[in-house]
Amino acid sequence: MARIDTTFAELKSKNQPALITFITAGDPNLETTVPLMHALVSAGADIVELGVPFSDPMADGPVIQQASERALSQGVGTNDVLNLVREFRKDNDTTPIVLMGYLNPIEIMGYESFSAALAEAGADGIIVVDMPPEEGAELSDILRQHNISQVFLLAPTSTADRIQLICKQASGFIYYVSLRGVTGASHVDAAEVESRLDVIKSASKVPVGVGFGIDSPAAAADIARFADAVIVGSALVRIVADNATDLDQLIDKATAFIESLSNAVKHARDVESIAT
Amino acid sequence: MSAVEAKSKYEQPDAKGHFGPYGGIFVAETLMHALDELNQTYQRFVKDPDFLASFDRDLKHYVGRPSPLYLAERLTEHCGGAKIFLKREDLNHTGAHKINNTVGQALLAQHLGKPRIIAETGAGQHGVASATVAARLGLECVVYMGTEDIKRQAINVYRMKLLGAEVVPVESGSRTLKDALNEALRDWVTNVDNTFYIIGTVAGPHPYPVMVRDFQSVIGRETKTQMIEQTGKLPDAIVACVGGGSNAIGIFYPFISDEQVQLHGVEAAGEGLDSGKHAAPLCAGKVGVLHGQRTYLMEDDNGQIIETHSVSAGLDYPGVGPEHAWLKDIGRAKYFAITDQEALDAFHLLTRLEGIIPALESSHAVAYAARLAREMRADQSIVVNLSGRGDKDIHTVAEIEGIKI
Repeated sequence: MARIDTTFAELKSKNQPALITFITAGDPNLETTVPLMHALVSAGADIVELGVPFSDPMADGPVIQQASERALSQGVGTNDVLNLVREFRKDNDTTPIVLMGYLNPIEIMGYESFSAALAEAGADGIIVVDMPPEEGAELSDILRQHNISQVFLLAPTSTADRIQLICKQASGFIYYVSLRGVTGASHVDAAEVESRLDVIKSASKVPVGVGFGIDSPAAAADIARFADAVIVGSALVRIVADNATDLDQLIDKATAFIESLSNAVKHARDVESIAT
Repeated sequence: MSAVEAKSKYEQPDAKGHFGPYGGIFVAETLMHALDELNQTYQRFVKDPDFLASFDRDLKHYVGRPSPLYLAERLTEHCGGAKIFLKREDLNHTGAHKINNTVGQALLAQHLGKPRIIAETGAGQHGVASATVAARLGLECVVYMGTEDIKRQAINVYRMKLLGAEVVPVESGSRTLKDALNEALRDWVTNVDNTFYIIGTVAGPHPYPVMVRDFQSVIGRETKTQMIEQTGKLPDAIVACVGGGSNAIGIFYPFISDEQVQLHGVEAAGEGLDSGKHAAPLCAGKVGVLHGQRTYLMEDDNGQIIETHSVSAGLDYPGVGPEHAWLKDIGRAKYFAITDQEALDAFHLLTRLEGIIPALESSHAVAYAARLAREMRADQSIVVNLSGRGDKDIHTVAEIEGIKI
């Protein structure tokens, strides 16, 4: 948890948003994931979001569904994901890791075992896509005891009441889903997102990131002007899929893409600063 | 709450859709508002005499209700035990119980002003029932169906297309009902503003399990009246097949407080519970969360949903409605499993003895009822919910038996 707060605090002092990059653990194989995580950080990722594969990812579009299927076809389970976090932590003790997944693999492990294992492995936060706060009091308590941030999603369809409820519960950061749809859906409308984000930021005590539909440096820069974090998933996972058979090429292409995004995100507010 | 208390004061679910520890709402944030809106609308209409009157009118004049309760004399004689009655949901418009629910949900869609409906389907019966009500009300209709099921149910696919629905093949996962449900949820997340999702069974996030139960419980209410008319008393046992569990809940629910009536749900044992190739989460599964609900599931040690198997596409689902999970836990209903082979045998048995070709789903209930009847006395009675007709399955049966049509 401390790593997430520290990361956002440091970036805030530089008037920069965070770049959060999503990959699915074990995609295309377990050996690739940790080197890829390090490469993402070197290329400018501030937080690494690691997808826990699930057989029925109902909020994900085809790109991340297929990433899950590739990982599952090799038998990747929750313990493997935790091992990847441990391995990453051997060489990096500062970059926050946030897991993202669905509830059932957590339920079968048990909330206490899962949360303890998460903390012990060195993960900092978790997004459970299909666990709204209404059902999640027990899980939230246990995660809090283990100092794991629980990152909640907010959506364009969230009502004022729900924004208040979720802002009260959230820790680490809030993940604003920029559009109605699944991951990897069409291009995001920055102006619409900005007006929604004003409302959420005024209710939230934690930073608010924006994800879904951000697939290029230009789109990332648009969002970076006003969001506390820019989250990129499907566009990166597509690079993993397209280069699954050649690890070196995969790392090179992913690095080049994240460098371009990082550059766009870090400098998105420069003009504004000069102007003011 | 003790099991005894739970049965005598049966008031499920709670306001948040929990049946004991089961049910609830486990979906992505984008859908929370839509479910809340649906729940409020449903709670309002379920008490609205005008809405209920139009629902009843549609059931009578469009669906053809009440469906007959038929004493299967030759089947009874063949089994040599309790009298076997068939609740003839196969005689409904479109050939299964599914239409009861789609008529109700389509009325809600109309009241909510949603011009587009979506549905998932396994055997195709719910898809056909959804396409049917969409055609009648002039709504756009998109049906998601796994490519595995499209192969098994070509006739129903064509029926849906004739009715003007778009059938979207689902290639992800195991390419069956559960994947069709995932894809329908993804569509709903994307088009939530103009789309009403008609879930076909008593599963999914609240309020679907309670809403579908209420629409389907017309089956049990009619059965009660008809049994009293025909025999002067309630049946000793009720038997229904359970995939998601909507025909079973529909006939069970009005009898839950009549504790002398045994309730038996029949899951698909596929190639046998020991083979691992089955679709029997209540008999051989574990508790987990899928498709917006906590319930019994077919899953592996990592919490991944495993592929199910049943000869009948409509039972080929790794979860089950949360109310069945609760009825199992409190012991009010008992759940058994029937193999593909036993179901196929029952399919032929009913066809030859009664001149009624049952759906393969319903054949599971017939098979179990035949076994149960033998253990009961001649003065006792069993009602089998004959949830659908078997025309859609004749190609499957012929193929298994090596016959070219």
